Amino acid sequence: MQLEEELIVEVNNVFIQFNMATERVSHLKEYVIKLLKHQLLFQKFEALKGITFNVKKGEAWGIVGANGSGKSTLLKTISGILKPYKGNVKIKGTVSPLIELGAGFDGEMTARENIFLNGCVLGYTEEFLKEKFDEIVDFAEVREFLDVPLKNFSSGMAARLGFAIATTVKPDILICDEVLAVGDFKFQEKCEKRMNDLLSGGTTLLFVSHSIEQVKRMCKKAIWLDHGEMKMIGEADEVCDLYSKS
Amino acid sequence: MDKLQKMIKGAVKNTYSYRGLLKQLVTRDLKLKYRRSVLGYLWSVLNPLLTMLIMTIVFSHMFRFQIVNYPVYLLCGNIIFGVFSSTTIKSCHAVLDNAALIKKVYLPKYIFVFSRVTSGFVDFLFSFAALIFVLLITKSKFSLYNLLFFIPCIEIYLFSLGMSLFLAQANVFFRDIQYLYGVFCTALNYLCVLFYPIEALPTNVRFFVENFNPIYLYITMFRQCVHLNVLISPQMVLRGLLWALCMFVFGIFCFKRSQEKFILYI
Repeated sequence: MQLEEELIVEVNNVFIQFNMATERVSHLKEYVIKLLKHQLLFQKFEALKGITFNVKKGEAWGIVGANGSGKSTLLKTISGILKPYKGNVKIKGTVSPLIELGAGFDGEMTARENIFLNGCVLGYTEEFLKEKFDEIVDFAEVREFLDVPLKNFSSGMAARLGFAIATTVKPDILICDEVLAVGDFKFQEKCEKRMNDLLSGGTTLLFVSHSIEQVKRMCKKAIWLDHGEMKMIGEADEVCDLYSKS
Repeated sequence: MDKLQKMIKGAVKNTYSYRGLLKQLVTRDLKLKYRRSVLGYLWSVLNPLLTMLIMTIVFSHMFRFQIVNYPVYLLCGNIIFGVFSSTTIKSCHAVLDNAALIKKVYLPKYIFVFSRVTSGFVDFLFSFAALIFVLLITKSKFSLYNLLFFIPCIEIYLFSLGMSLFLAQANVFFRDIQYLYGVFCTALNYLCVLFYPIEALPTNVRFFVENFNPIYLYITMFRQCVHLNVLISPQMVLRGLLWALCMFVFGIFCFKRSQEKFILYI
């Protein structure tokens, strides 16, 4: 059982800072004027303030919190999109980020072309995608529309395709940010089943959702974020109950 | 030195592991460029050909420059300058256009610049068909020197890549760059000796162009092997390589230094 004890995600005292874009300078002239007037004040905004937690291999973690509490920021930091200015994040293994379904879809291209484009964005090889092509198409249920430009897809259809591509491989860490909210009821069930399959196969899940029920159902552990701080960490049921009461 | 070697090795390995994505991005650029046009890729050949035709008609009747085989002279300059200006202008937006992707997936960001420059060069290779066509029509002589054309092409590819990396990162922080650079390219167009002989320039301008304009250098090299059918002067090859390497390193340096801040500005 030693493998199960292995830490797969370590988040150590992470701080993330943004420039609040109140007076973003993006023109040279403005920049010079502001520089001369000593107005280059950057209003710092701390999106995450000292988050620390460890995830073991195979665990499912839910992240709950109000809008703007830093949930997505945390997931982006773990995926390596944002760099913390203090603290660090250690990851072991491959990460499949579902920050948004179908990131990298090009509306002008057909579904067929987008499968390859998006697959490569996620780091798959072309041969692998060719092999899995039918599986992806069947899961997303878009076979009739394979040669339609993606801009003519409904948002639910595009989301289905995105999910199918992202989960066709068994990643070590699956990061889901509110992605299932768009699909219809049936598809949500299908996705949950796919996620459960992955989980039982040893994938680690980090899951953001506003649906408390879903978090309770899917996850064992949970984190409650509030204004960038960790308000609570522990068993999913306890955290969710307290969160829904607040 | 050891550290540098390791760094280069790492970068090459990293780029190699993303070759699939690079290929997809390049094909996307090419596919979308001519999607829904009847002639499709043929435009990559027709475009330089028609431009050359118009310029030949205009300049050979109005100015009467003493240049042998004027159409070939013109086309050589045009396609080399064209590939430089079009790739660098397109690359200004390379990071910004892919903002949605950069915000959501971790990817090496230089890949977007790399793919734009590369798709521009694939387009450039298509335009060789136009060049060969004109060479045949004008009954130009062919020789083994022609085969050296790849030297200026590789050098200008490196140079464009460096320039593009610099422009793409600068444009994230100052959106003025794209407009400024457009004007700069227009000015450069007239300083690259595209449709007139170098002798037409006043002495001091000529000195400047011959010594400090790398694009003119690449055009001259290309003309030496394609238009004049002579050996490229080795001294020029070295100078061109030096320009290209310096620009390339400068571009990488600027891009690497600022890439982690992109996400806060896009």
